[in-house]
Amino acid sequence: MSTMDPATSPAARPEPSVGMPTHQKAIFVVLLILLVALPWFVYPVFAMKVMCFALFASAFNLLLGFGGLLSFGHAAYFGMASYVAAHAAKVWGLTPELAVLAGTAAAALLGLAIGSLAIRRQGIYFAMVTLAFAQMVYFFALQAEFTGGEDGIQSVPRNDLFGLIPLESNMALYFFVLVVTFGGILFIHRIIHSPFGQVLKAIRENEPRAVSLGYRVNRYKLMVFTLSATLAGLAGAVKSQVFQLASLTDVHWTMSGEVVLMTLLGGMGTVFGPMLGAAIIVTMQNYFATLGAWVTVIQGVIFVAGVLLFREGIVGLIARWTKKPL
Amino acid sequence: MFELLGIPPQVLMGQLLLGLINGSFYAVLSLGLAVIFGMLNIINFSHGAQYMMGAFVAWMLLEYLGIGYWWALLLAPLVVGATGIVLEKLMLSRLYRLDHLYGLLLTFGIALIIQGLFRNYYGISGLPYQIPDALSGGQNLGFMFLPNYRGWVIVASVIVCFSTWFVIEKTPLGSYLRAATENPTLVGAFGINVPRMITLTYAFGVALAGFAGVLAAPIYSVNPNMGADLIIVVFAVVVIGGMGSIMGAIVTGFGLGIVEGLTRVFYPAGSAVVIFVIMAIVLMIKPEGLFGRSA
Repeated sequence: MSTMDPATSPAARPEPSVGMPTHQKAIFVVLLILLVALPWFVYPVFAMKVMCFALFASAFNLLLGFGGLLSFGHAAYFGMASYVAAHAAKVWGLTPELAVLAGTAAAALLGLAIGSLAIRRQGIYFAMVTLAFAQMVYFFALQAEFTGGEDGIQSVPRNDLFGLIPLESNMALYFFVLVVTFGGILFIHRIIHSPFGQVLKAIRENEPRAVSLGYRVNRYKLMVFTLSATLAGLAGAVKSQVFQLASLTDVHWTMSGEVVLMTLLGGMGTVFGPMLGAAIIVTMQNYFATLGAWVTVIQGVIFVAGVLLFREGIVGLIARWTKKPL
Repeated sequence: MFELLGIPPQVLMGQLLLGLINGSFYAVLSLGLAVIFGMLNIINFSHGAQYMMGAFVAWMLLEYLGIGYWWALLLAPLVVGATGIVLEKLMLSRLYRLDHLYGLLLTFGIALIIQGLFRNYYGISGLPYQIPDALSGGQNLGFMFLPNYRGWVIVASVIVCFSTWFVIEKTPLGSYLRAATENPTLVGAFGINVPRMITLTYAFGVALAGFAGVLAAPIYSVNPNMGADLIIVVFAVVVIGGMGSIMGAIVTGFGLGIVEGLTRVFYPAGSAVVIFVIMAIVLMIKPEGLFGRSA
């Protein structure tokens, strides 16, 4: 497919070698220190929400920014994992790590199924197909027994981690969420900087050429799609443990739109952009919640401004000024 | 009367009619998408919001100015088309050199803005819109009761769809359009103002959405979210049909409406997802769509 305009995605620039650059490692270390200290300054539940969405947006960015595939249905994996994890914790009484694992596995299977169909079309059609399948998942969640329809799955218990460590307090849960989401994000960046990630970039930049070099493009696409869906599912599964709730909001197309917005705002194809975008959007929703439908209008305006004025996103702009891939 | 698989004919015919009505909206909306896609190479995500605008403009004309249905049927598409001209001139025209996906993202943002604004001022509970006097009542066809207005919706959509097909496929104006779709530079060299043609094509495409909105106003309640979920189904319709052909969009739209209606008779729980299931099957068998050119 013709992919993202190379000039607008800083990561498109040739990188000297495989592996994460030193300055990115440094930023990750600083970020980790800040996150460890964060719950003493910010309400932990809010911080956990930001981290879940940071992982969600990073997983989405893996597909869009590095695979060059725009999925408009990522809420399906996020939401379905959230339902399965909530169900596993509440009805099956599984411990949090197993519940999260179950949710993530469900997202992986769903991603594999939808991905294998969606990669048959390219570009704009790919976006429409993923959106339509996500809507199908939404209708499933609306009608199925175990999802609780309009009510969702409420008051999901926070069971003991490994059956040993109580997670009732927000502080304890915070560090569980921190380990899982940060680990997820590091995993994504391991993928990006791996040989597999380099092939993905090659496909994004010039698909026919990648084919002529002997790469089985569709396999790579399906693999990155499934990985992205799986990690989006991980984020959704963790979120259901944090809020003790899985609801239709998580599978609705507005959620798919939000993750696109976070990535676009932060900078698609950048390492840190989606995290920043997630932090900004979640903060905005938090503080502007009283404005009702204006939040939708503001999100729309950010979309329009983002596409017309700064397609590189915030981190993309910073990366251009500092001349370092971020 | 005949019975089919134990289903009373009234039920079958009633659902077929409902399916045909839904199919009319699918056809008009996917036709608009196909016309816009052919010329601008973007998928107009705000199509659903513009359909909703059409219904709202009709409602406002009646509420604030006392202008009735028939004028609304003419004026509302013009208003929606005019906003389309502004959108195209100010925003979309800046994106043609970029990847198509940016057009999708931009129009998605526009849809959020339009829907958010209407939700702010009119809430989410629907506003009623009366069926015009001339079309109230219905016909008893012996085997079923056909409300006049519903019959009119089908007739009006068929007329609009086929006029659009005729203009694009059979007139000199349409030949310019088709030529500009193939090679805009060459057509421009013949002295045809291609940018203006693009603008007007977009305006016409969204005016079709506005027209569908006015048709829908008396059937569904007028509310800001009426287009949001519909447009996703229309996307699936477009994927199934392929956007290569105008007639393909029309036939697929009506056809899928009928299939959906039949599903509601035989397996009600599946009616919400049957179109998506068909989309999955088409992707497996003929990925470029039933009427699509291979991409």
